[in-house]
Formats: sequence, structure tokens, C-alpha cells
Amino acid sequence: MALRIDPDHRRFRDIVRGKIKQDLRKYVSQGELIGRKGKDLVSIPLPQINPPRFRFGSKGNGGVGQGDGQVGDSLGKGDPNADGSGKAGDKPGEHAIEVELSLEELAQIMGEELQLPRIEPKGKERLITQKDRYVGIRRAGPESLRHFKRTFRQALRRQVMAGTYNSERPIIVPVREDRRYRSWRTTPLPQSNAVMIFIMDVSGSMGDEQKEIVRIESFWIDTWLRSQYKGLESRYIIHDATAKEVDRDTFFRTRESGGTMISSAYKLCAKMIADEFPPSEWNIYPFHFSDGDNWSVDDTVQCVDILRTQVLPHVNMFCYGQVESPYGSGQFIKDLNEHFDEEDHVFVSEIKGKDAIMDSIRDFLGRGK
Amino acid sequence: MASLPAYLHDIQKEIEGHGRAYGLDFWEIEFEILDYKRMQEVAAFGGFPVRYPHWRFGMEFEHLTKSHVYGLSQIYEMVINNNPAYAYLLEGNSLVDQKMVIAHVLGHVDFFKNNYFFSKTNRRMIDGMANHATRIRRHMERLGVDKVESFIDACLSLENLIDPMSPFINRKAPERAEVEDGASQEIPRLKAKSYMDKFINPPEYLEVQRRKLEREREKPRKTPPEPERDVLAFLLQYAPLESWERDVLEIVRDEAYYFAPQRQTKIMNEGWASYWHSKIMTERALKASEIIDYADHNAGVMATAPGQWNPYKVGVELFRHIEERWDKGRFGREWDECRNLDDRRAWDRRLGLGRKKIFEVRKFYSDVTFIDEFFTEEFCQEKKFFSFALNERSGNYEIDSRDFSQVKHKILYQLTNFGEPFIFVEDANHDNRGELLLHHRHEGVDLDPEHARATLGALYRVWRRPVTLMTVFDAKRKALRFDGKDQSEKAA
Repeated sequence: MALRIDPDHRRFRDIVRGKIKQDLRKYVSQGELIGRKGKDLVSIPLPQINPPRFRFGSKGNGGVGQGDGQVGDSLGKGDPNADGSGKAGDKPGEHAIEVELSLEELAQIMGEELQLPRIEPKGKERLITQKDRYVGIRRAGPESLRHFKRTFRQALRRQVMAGTYNSERPIIVPVREDRRYRSWRTTPLPQSNAVMIFIMDVSGSMGDEQKEIVRIESFWIDTWLRSQYKGLESRYIIHDATAKEVDRDTFFRTRESGGTMISSAYKLCAKMIADEFPPSEWNIYPFHFSDGDNWSVDDTVQCVDILRTQVLPHVNMFCYGQVESPYGSGQFIKDLNEHFDEEDHVFVSEIKGKDAIMDSIRDFLGRGK
Repeated sequence: MASLPAYLHDIQKEIEGHGRAYGLDFWEIEFEILDYKRMQEVAAFGGFPVRYPHWRFGMEFEHLTKSHVYGLSQIYEMVINNNPAYAYLLEGNSLVDQKMVIAHVLGHVDFFKNNYFFSKTNRRMIDGMANHATRIRRHMERLGVDKVESFIDACLSLENLIDPMSPFINRKAPERAEVEDGASQEIPRLKAKSYMDKFINPPEYLEVQRRKLEREREKPRKTPPEPERDVLAFLLQYAPLESWERDVLEIVRDEAYYFAPQRQTKIMNEGWASYWHSKIMTERALKASEIIDYADHNAGVMATAPGQWNPYKVGVELFRHIEERWDKGRFGREWDECRNLDDRRAWDRRLGLGRKKIFEVRKFYSDVTFIDEFFTEEFCQEKKFFSFALNERSGNYEIDSRDFSQVKHKILYQLTNFGEPFIFVEDANHDNRGELLLHHRHEGVDLDPEHARATLGALYRVWRRPVTLMTVFDAKRKALRFDGKDQSEKAA
């Protein structure tokens, strides 16, 4: 049912989306949004839009209530005026409206905000599959697709029209013309597979704050890429002096310590690609986060070698994010820059703090590879 | 819109009969039945079927829909101050609920019609709102939605800068013109017969008068001559607005004044309606089988969560308290001077004036005067009122007093000017540069600085010249200024 208020409502939603756009930076770095609720919905606490007014500061000076209780009894946290019945007058109070956005919407908003281009998937021409969808009804077809309800209804209709329907003895006998069958349409479905390989340095120098940054950034990268590909896989590798593949949970929780041999992770990554993701069929996105403090120069040389020969030829892009840490030397990013300056699908980004996450995402995804 | 089905129509007639028998005096009431979606829509429009296009109605709608879906709230009743009055019933409510709502609405309409503070409101506001909608739509078609809407947003930021009492003040036309050409102005003389004139108006006296006039003339004249509380009216008159902007501002101001009495009489209005629904229902309209349901729903309306203030409950209890006092003669000097608690408790002069008194109260009082006059110490104690405040240390709100004078002071404080700051236009030619100077009369609580700054932006949009607000932050006088680009804050 169309309502008169629909245009106003739509407009409000638009403004809310606009509002999110402007505030996106802020709340992304607060990282409130991680965690999916129910069916792919994330709920974002968003303040109601109140036009500014000359009004008193919110540090309330209390109010008046009614009921039992001694002087000094607590009425609970927060403002008891909050639902508007505290004060006379009709001020609605400061409510937070929860605006629900699907992850897809969210990704779209992020895409607009960061002006991320849509990704041109690799090998899309080769990989077209056919998909049959049952969308209609027709009068002829195989018995296995007979639509019982529609057939029955048709028979009933015919019998009522012919006057042979007896409500005392409601027997319906479908004849040939009554039969209805499901029908389908074939739609070509471009299939593109993509895999993200997240690699994180978990050596002693990566503190909780650094990991938090990695966590937030990979969440958003994940969200964006998911909006671009159907069926996206993600793999997680952690490394200190050795590398191993872990599940998502472990990836974000583990606290290891020890030295750092980045080459171990790259080796594992290269192996993974070679074994499981033939580049002709897969769009591959490795993301590596580290504080940039590699163990030795020799290892760095090895890293560069592996990247050049075993990784870069197969991937859509290779992203390296360097999180600033009080301990690390941060040398690795310089090495990468030096060796891969002319490579157009290697992206490096320095992430100085939570506020820099959005910029870093733009560095990585801004070119639509 | 569905008109009322026959059985409800009969109930309406029956209940209206009861209401008239009690002496309620109301306009014709048009009830409509709405499903919950339409109900939420109308509620979002503030009770009107049509409003001008604006996102905030959509926001309200989303809010109402959400709370409905989550089962947080339900709109039972809505009624518009209009002649004939319009009221809405929610489709699918039980019959007892519908009866209760109809009876409740009678109370409201009687209040709208008879309370003095509503006497200046537009009684054809349904049409008024529809006209406003048409006008704004026309501007939007001509100038584009965004342009008009953002101007509406600016006006809404100023919406509360009105003087709710101004419709009741008869203003004289300004006596400007003659003062202008003061040179030729006659020196005022005291009235005297011609032969007495030189004694009654001696030359020294005339000299004094002449000087006084001169001084007056030399004094720099200000606009407005006195600080002006109706900021919106002032802007309408003096701001350099384009005609469509003036129209929009006028509409916003019109609607603000229309709704002001409802804010001024929230407790009384709800109390009065609740008083009458319970009277009519319990004494006349209820069937025995409906009593439990009625009691259940009535209790819901009257519920007070710990530490909260329910205008329905406070209002109805205070009306009942007044009725009892005047029935028993508990008023006047003798009563006031009686200090013997036993006597006071047993006091009953059998005057039976209660009903008459509450009708009088509903006619002449607003929330402020209602509480000021009738919120007595006995009432405060009997109904267990307390005041609460934020305990900075624990971060909790705590009961800080049950002392009568403190409780009453706090209620009155909150009711004064709807708990909003007093803002005046001080000078339209501040610093002799055509800048606008406003003054916040500080009464103990600071303004929200962020909001204040943003509101200056809205004022600038209307005034088109720099705007300054004199206010107090942390006990220091400050001048907030916005010049179209930068906000500044200076000690003043």
C-alpha cells in the first residue's frame, strides 16, 4: 500500500545514507560494525537527526519522578528522562534510531565514499555457466514438473464452470487440459571465483592495537570484495619465523611471539596458489599486514624473489599494509617499494593508526584490479 | 479513509451522550478507523492527514514503525484540535479499547474548545496544514526540493524561538513617524487655562522638557526598541528574505504557534482526558464483562516506571485532588491556617464544589499555573513525588530529595518555557554593521555549545549577516559569533 509519507521516508533514508557517508571514516575506525547479526544484517546505532536548536546542555540537572524509594536510591544508569515522559512538554528525547543496512548496502556506501571502482573480474568470458530458474507455468511439460496446486485449481475452476462440482461430495478429477507444469528460463551466469589470502605478521612486535587495525581493515576489504564477487573465499595465514594456515578466528586472536621471517609466509602463500587456486580460474588477492620488521636482509631478498617469481604472475594484485608499531624498524615497506616500484599490481600502504584505515583501503582497492 | 462502522457509530453517540450529561462541551468529532500503517503515517504527520514534504516526518514514521514492530509502543489515540475535531481509532483494537479512546477523545476536544490557551489557535488547521503543504510543494516545484528543504531545516532550527504568550498581547502600532521629525515637535505642556499657563508651565519647566526631548532624540534608536522574544516574527519583519523564504518561515512559525498550547498544557490536557475517560467508563459505559480489560489497559496508560513522570497520571491525580478539596471545602484562609493534622484529615464542609472547580480550572489554567496553584504539600507526599539528580561520582541518577518545596521548584522550573532557554533579539544593527545580536537570558543552565553554534548558522542563513549570541558558559559571559565562514567565541 502506498502511503503519503513514503517520499518523506525515502528522503530520510537518503539523508541517513548521506550521513553515514560523512561519518563513515569515524565509525569504521571505531570498529563497531564487525559482527553480523541475523541474516547478513548489521545494525548501526545512528543518532536521530535533530535539527540544531538553542537548547540546554545535556548534562541534565535531573527531574521529578513519582514512586517509592529513599533519598539516595539509584534510578539506574543514564537519563531517566530519555523516553520523553520525564519532562513535561513533548520533547522526544535523545533516541538512537537503529538503521539497518544490509552488508551489500554498506559495501555500496563504502564504495561510493571511497570512490572505489567496480572490479573487472578476470577470465569472465571463459567462465560462463548456465543457470536454470523456474519462473513460470505452462501447459505442457514432463510429469515430474507438474504443478499440483495449479492443476488442481484449474480442474476445480472447470468443474465449477461446468456445474459438475458438488460441494457435498467434492471430488475433483483433473483432465489433460487442466494440467499445468513449471517452466524455466535459462540465464547465463558469469562465474568468477575469487579468493582473498590474508597474511598477518604475529611476531612479538605486533601488539593488540596493531592487530585491531588489521582486523578492521580486513573486515572492510572482505565486505567490499564480497559485494563484487559471488562466492568469495578467504584464507588466513599467520607467521612469525614460520608460517601456518589458520582459520579466521585464530587469525585475529593469536598472539605469538618470536622473530619474523616473512619469506615463510610468502612461500606458504605461493604454495597455496599453486595447489588450490589455478590462476586461470581464480581472482586472487593476497593481503599482507606486518609491522615491517623483517629478521634479516637475506630473508627480504628471498621474499622479493618469491613474490616476483611465484606470486605476482598469478594474482590480481598484491597488497602490503604496514602497521606502525613502536618496536618495528618498518624497513620492509621500503624494500618492497624499491623492488616493485614499476609493478602496477603491487600496492603498499602505511597505516599510521585507526584513522588511516580508510586511506589505506583506498590505496589498495582504489584502482579496481 | 473508512468511516466509522455502525456499531462504533452507536457507541460514539452513546458516549457523547454521557459526556454531555456530565457537562462536557465539545465540537462535533469525526472518528476515522485506520490500520496500523496509516495510523503511524498520520501520527508521523503530527495527527494531520497531509503535511508539507519534509524528511523529519519520514524519520518519525520510521521511528514509530520500528517501535511498533519491536512491540515497544502502540498508538491508541490521536486527536486534532480542529472544528470539527478529527480523531482516529486503530483498526483491530478491542471494543473496550475503542470505547475508552472515544471517551478520552471527548475530554481532549472539550479541553481544546474551552481552555483559554487554545483560544487563539486556528480551528481550521486541517485546511491550514493542507494549504501549507500546497504552498511548499509549489515552491519546491519551482525552486527544487533541496533548496526549499534546506531552508525549512534552517527555519526548524529556530522553531522554538517564539513567544507563546504573544497571541494574547494586543500590540500598539509603533508611534514612530511623529518622533522622526522631532525638530518641529511641540514641547509637551501640562494642561492649563490660558491665564494660569505661565504658572503651571513656567519657562524653567519648559526648558527641562525641551532638553528631555532632545536627549531622547539623540539617543541611538534600536530595532527592536525592547528585546524581542518572538524571534521568528522579528525575522519575518526585518530579515532580507525572498518572498518564498518569507512564506516558508511564516508557515513554520504558524505551525509552531499552533502546537504551542499543546505543549503548554500537556499535563492538564492528558489529565483532563484521562479523568473523563475513567469517569465515563466506570460510571456509565462499561459492561460488567469489560471491567477487567478496561482496568488492565487503564493501568497501562497510567503506569509510571521508577523515576519517571507520566503526565497522564500526574494530571488526572491532580484533577481528582482538586475535586476532592473543593468538595470538602479544603481551601481558603481557614484551611490554610489550620495546623492541626487531625482536623485537616477529617476536614469536610460538604460543599460539593469540586466538579464546578475542575471545569473552571480546565478553562483558565496552563500547566505552569496548574502546578503552581494546586500542587500542594499534601499532594506531593501522598503521591510520593521526589526529585532526582545525576550523581557525578556513580554516573547514576539518584533520588536527591522528597522535600516539597524542592520538588515543586523543579517541576515549575522544567515547565517554564517548556524547559527551553529564553532567547531574545537584542539589536538588529549590532556594532552599527547590520549584524544581528541575540541574548540568552541565563538562568543557571548553559546552552549546549555545539547546538548553539549550529543554530547560529541557521540564523545566518536567514539574516544573511553575521550573528552574535550573548550567553554564559561555565559562569563566564561569552559572545558566540558566526560570520558566514567562521565561528568565534569571545569573552564578553
